[in-house]
Amino acid sequence: MTATQDRPAAEIGKDRRRKEDQRLITGRTRWTDNITLPGMLHLAMVRSPFAHAAIASVDVEAAKASPNVVAVLSGKDFGDELGVCINAWPITPDQKTPTHSPMPADRVAFAGEVVAVVVARSAAEARDAAELVDVEYDELPAAIGIKNALKDEVLAHPDLGTNKSALWVFDSAEAGTGSDVEAAIEEARTNGILIEREYRQQRLIPAFMEPRSVVVDPTGEQITMWSATQIPHILRFALAATTGVPESKIRVIAPDVGGGFGGKLQTTPEEWIAWAVARRLSRPVKYTETRSESLMAAHHGRDQVQTLTLAADKDGKVTGFKVHLDADLGAYIAVVGGGVPVLGAFMFNAIYKFPAYRFECQTVLTNTTFTDAYRGAGRPEATYAIERIMDELAAEVGVDPLEIRERNWITHEEFPFMTVAGLEYDTGNYEAATRLAKESFGYDALRAEQKERRDRGDRVQLGIGVSTFTEMCGLAPSRVLGSLDYGAGGWEHASVRMLATGKVEIVTGASAHGQGHETAFSQIVADRLGVPFEDVEVLHGDTQIAHKGLDTYGSRSLVVGGEALVRAVDKVIDKAKHLAAHLLEASEDDLEYNDGRFTVAGTDQGIAIQELSTAAFAAHSYPEDMEPSLDAEATYDPVNFNYPHGTHLCAMEVDTETGAVKMRKYTCCDDIGVIINPLIVAGQVHGGLVQGIAQALWEEAVHDEAGTLVSGSFVDYLLPTAADTISFDVVHTDDPSVCTTNTLGTKGVGEAGTIASTPAVVNAVVDAVRHLGIDDIQMPCTPERVWRAIQGSKAGGATETPPDAAPHFADGEANSAGADGALNQDEGAGQ
Amino acid sequence: MTKIELTVDGSAVSDEVEPRMLLVQYLREKLGKTGTVIGCDTSNCGACTVHLDGTSVKSCNVLAVQANGRTVTTIEGLADTADGELHPVQEAFRECHGLQCGFCTPGMIMQAVDLLGENPDPTEEEVRLGMEGNLCRCTGYHNIVKSVLHAAEGAKA
Repeated sequence: MTATQDRPAAEIGKDRRRKEDQRLITGRTRWTDNITLPGMLHLAMVRSPFAHAAIASVDVEAAKASPNVVAVLSGKDFGDELGVCINAWPITPDQKTPTHSPMPADRVAFAGEVVAVVVARSAAEARDAAELVDVEYDELPAAIGIKNALKDEVLAHPDLGTNKSALWVFDSAEAGTGSDVEAAIEEARTNGILIEREYRQQRLIPAFMEPRSVVVDPTGEQITMWSATQIPHILRFALAATTGVPESKIRVIAPDVGGGFGGKLQTTPEEWIAWAVARRLSRPVKYTETRSESLMAAHHGRDQVQTLTLAADKDGKVTGFKVHLDADLGAYIAVVGGGVPVLGAFMFNAIYKFPAYRFECQTVLTNTTFTDAYRGAGRPEATYAIERIMDELAAEVGVDPLEIRERNWITHEEFPFMTVAGLEYDTGNYEAATRLAKESFGYDALRAEQKERRDRGDRVQLGIGVSTFTEMCGLAPSRVLGSLDYGAGGWEHASVRMLATGKVEIVTGASAHGQGHETAFSQIVADRLGVPFEDVEVLHGDTQIAHKGLDTYGSRSLVVGGEALVRAVDKVIDKAKHLAAHLLEASEDDLEYNDGRFTVAGTDQGIAIQELSTAAFAAHSYPEDMEPSLDAEATYDPVNFNYPHGTHLCAMEVDTETGAVKMRKYTCCDDIGVIINPLIVAGQVHGGLVQGIAQALWEEAVHDEAGTLVSGSFVDYLLPTAADTISFDVVHTDDPSVCTTNTLGTKGVGEAGTIASTPAVVNAVVDAVRHLGIDDIQMPCTPERVWRAIQGSKAGGATETPPDAAPHFADGEANSAGADGALNQDEGAGQ
Repeated sequence: MTKIELTVDGSAVSDEVEPRMLLVQYLREKLGKTGTVIGCDTSNCGACTVHLDGTSVKSCNVLAVQANGRTVTTIEGLADTADGELHPVQEAFRECHGLQCGFCTPGMIMQAVDLLGENPDPTEEEVRLGMEGNLCRCTGYHNIVKSVLHAAEGAKA
């Protein structure tokens, strides 16, 4: 498969300590907020307290008179130069897209939207003066909550006439990738098993640790923007496209960026406002949000209602799966917007051989913070739905959850496999990952303990949760994105600069914000080019240095950016070989390249790549048919996604008297192909797991009926702490399913933990109390919800549930009766 | 404005500050000690943790004037930078991959140093409880806990 298999891999697979760390552990960091420029002014935003209101007037006089205030500007002070916030992925041609001004002059559509900006000599003075801006609002009724908004009784944007933005549909019968799902459902209704469920993906907040910050310096020939962003290249493009400044006059720098998780995959109102203010005043400006602002106004994630119908035969072999999503976009359609739930469309069938499949996604506008990508972006939601409902199928058939999966999954002999959603999975081995995970977890012993505790009537019950996930990652083949009407491609760019001193600079368009690209990419180059790991420098995140790129998200950096790098390195080697043949006076055919050195076969003659770099720099002697340079670049467009998978097993203890849940053990076996750096991979898995576990157990962004975010600080939005979590058991198969569509054989890992873990945890919680008649608990599974579920089941289920307590269920619909009804009663109007 | 005099990372400093100025703002804005960062506004996240007279404090929860006459150590002064050596806890975080984006890391390290000062041989449970006031979004805490235990182990050897 690869050249790296032909010779010893010195670096790939090694647990190198990270190059990045020396600076980060000693405080020599360059976060955007650390940047101070001469004469720099500071911004403070005035934000709407109302979810929906007309702006009657903005009185800035008192604020202007405040000490050291330079300007106070509102939406009406700007024209087209303010630009507009973009949606790069209109999911249907008739998508209803509200205009998204960075700072609207007439009407606000969510609480936290910016209505005015104060510019002052210090951040404190700007904030003081922001308190003095007097905005008069005429409050309008707010559309809050998916189910309310779908009724179209209150409109988030009255001029659009509806809250329904777009309906995106995939049907396997229409696409020719499978049969008709309705026929499968009808058959199952009479002769098989039909499971209908509604699951709620609560709204989450990415909550990266570094609050967003932006600095704009308009004093050079290029206007420079430093931003705490994942996407410097997309940001530069969008600034040029919407503010009238030529792209060549814009330099965007993402310096040290403190986490993103999709939350910094955005082009933000605050960036656009800072850009406009700096240009207006011809002065450098800085804006750094507070955590409260970040939670309120940086985009949120998830927020779906999933209506699912699973058809199976009596043995539990699935015959069809129908999915309807209602997805809350919030007040505006953000950069990826409705594309996030649509990314899930291809993953609801997961690792299984379903003959029929239909997916519908209705996107909905509400007067809440706009939503967009959060780690996994569409795929965690899909994985949750399928892995939860497969457990329900197992319960219905009366077999172990792993047994029901095995009856339906693609076996390792069946790859490559064309799925019912139209993707070709190249490789995978679900049996091997499951076998290893079970072994490491001690599955059988824990099942025995569960039975023993259940038989004994132990107050604390044990549950075991399973999640056998796959995902599509490495976004993305440009043609596929084009066919889905996404506004850009999915390629990545890399270049290699061979310096005169023998050092190597590599430039990547992938922009890291904690993932360890400098280290992993150095390992790849060290191996392939045969230079010392220490001699490789990785440059990224500055559009004047990394002039071309599509940035970091969707587990793409290694599998797309890494492949671009491999191809650029190979071009360097080709050039070097030509020069080496010239200098050694040998035929290229007689040259061998090993460990950074060309040698003439059968002789002791040779020349090192570093010597060739120096020779190319001096350019005293080189072939006439080449330029005096070894530098090379490559732009790689992937031909397919790649499909990491894994088996995650979770043991949860549930106190049946208090509803408290406690994680006992978590084992995962992820098959991610070839591993470049196992230390970094483990870190990605651990962090991903906790974000997914946090969705299952703790986190939820809650808006009240008026549209106010009531979980707007870290006091109320529950990020897990070290004391809430456990150490994880992370294993990998010895013989991974190597990716066949890239040279290194790698698969993405950045999102895997988050995608897999949420259903594993909820399955475990439900499994612990299923014998009490409970088959669902809404996320996050707080002690209150678990306790209510247990109480509800004891009391005979829905009989005690007040009629307005289960807003997800209309009378007579699936799940409106039974224990589930009681589980939703703590869910108010604010979803 | 109020005059304060204190020692920060081994150097004597003196400034006129607004009484409302937080210690973290003083460190970042007046002294350029940007290694210490601000992650929240409710003293939940601990990213701004420094040592005040040798004890860890969240520097967003201390006024600059309260540091008058006292000694502050930040992540930038933790190790003796003259010889390029790292503090053993810094070294442990690197060795155990206890950081990813690195934003919470200064606070994590300063808290871990204080924790190990009080309890040189903690159990995993004690480490988890002792680090509870510092939030991390990248690592899932697994390797942070491992780093602290590794530093404790190293100190015994």
